[in-house]
Amino acid sequence: MEVPILKQGEFLIATFQAALSDADLENLRRGLLQQVVRFRSRGVIVDVTAMDVMDSFASRTLREIAHMIRLRGAETVIVGVQPEVAFAMVQLGLTLEGVATALDLEEGLAYLIEKFKNMD
Amino acid sequence: MPKRDGSAKDSGTRNNQAAELAPNEAPSELLRELVAHLRQNRTQLREEWVVRITETRLLTAMTKEEIFAEATSVYDSYVEALETETFEALQAYARNLSERIIPRGVETHEVVGIVLLLRDVLARSLFAKYQADFKKLNRILDAYEPAANRIANTVAVGFVQERERVIRQQQEAIRELSTPVLQVRERLLILPIIGVIDPQRARQLTEQLLRGIRTNRAKVVVIDITGVAAMDVTVANHLVQTVEASRLLGATSIVTGLSPEIAQTLVTIGVDLGKMNTVGDLQGGIEQAERLLGYKVTALAEPR
Repeated sequence: MEVPILKQGEFLIATFQAALSDADLENLRRGLLQQVVRFRSRGVIVDVTAMDVMDSFASRTLREIAHMIRLRGAETVIVGVQPEVAFAMVQLGLTLEGVATALDLEEGLAYLIEKFKNMD
Repeated sequence: MPKRDGSAKDSGTRNNQAAELAPNEAPSELLRELVAHLRQNRTQLREEWVVRITETRLLTAMTKEEIFAEATSVYDSYVEALETETFEALQAYARNLSERIIPRGVETHEVVGIVLLLRDVLARSLFAKYQADFKKLNRILDAYEPAANRIANTVAVGFVQERERVIRQQQEAIRELSTPVLQVRERLLILPIIGVIDPQRARQLTEQLLRGIRTNRAKVVVIDITGVAAMDVTVANHLVQTVEASRLLGATSIVTGLSPEIAQTLVTIGVDLGKMNTVGDLQGGIEQAERLLGYKVTALAEPR
């Protein structure tokens, strides 16, 4: 299953679907990095609104994606974590430490814009 | 000879018995006769029942007029259930009645009591009517008793079920009220935690907070633990998890109200306070939250 990656100005938006296999996550990792390089994006928003469960592999992949993207000088924001998913995650110790988070797409964009406004 | 006499007598008696069960006394016919009797004597029997209710001091929470009105409804539902031998209408009525009288403080023993009283009043009227014909009385009672028992059961169970539903509802309300999530500014929530935090309450607290963050689009949450009864490893972990889960929804948490003792306990336990924003008191916490959100509070004049 392809994860759609949309371009929004200087930012990329990747929208997760409900059930992503480990292979899908791998493809996404590669695909996102390629797009960041190609468009010289400054920020990436990963929208996980549709995910009703987050396991340790998905969580680790998200952190690795954020780490790689930061090496390219860009910032990642995870948005749309559902309350039930957030609760389940912290109980398993999956905290997405070191990765920025925001409530939803709107907040995520506001966060990135604010961040780069301060930098310029 | 005696044997033949004996057998003749026996067959004679059996014939007599067979003859006594006439076609118009099949169980359904008896039931119809019973229902007709109850309808005919409705006014008198209902009156008798209300008198007995008052005598036994039941339904003291209700006025005489109310008791009479409900008695009429119950009596009619009773007779209808006997007649139709279906109990759904009665169940529905029992639930409806319970919904009305439970807030008035009517207790289970009162409801069971009055239904049994009605059963007695009706049975007595049957004894009176058929006292001359013992066999017929027995057959009438054969038709009456199972139905009457089923009715008593239906009403009592309906009442108890409604009470349990109300209790569950109240428990839920108490649980929710005891952990209010309050919005004090745009995008700023306060969660004052008071009392004992057991795993179930901790879970409910966290879920309520997360839902509140999403609904109010909160960016900062002030979690005040001034009122937390006891701090141990479990409670500390719940707190840390709540802070981490809030962050996943994009909200920053500020924990306030740590007493010196609790601060000591947390450090001793080894909770990583570096991950947590903490401020001494609620006022300080709100001030810091406002700064984070870009508010500045200025006094316009001296407080009067």
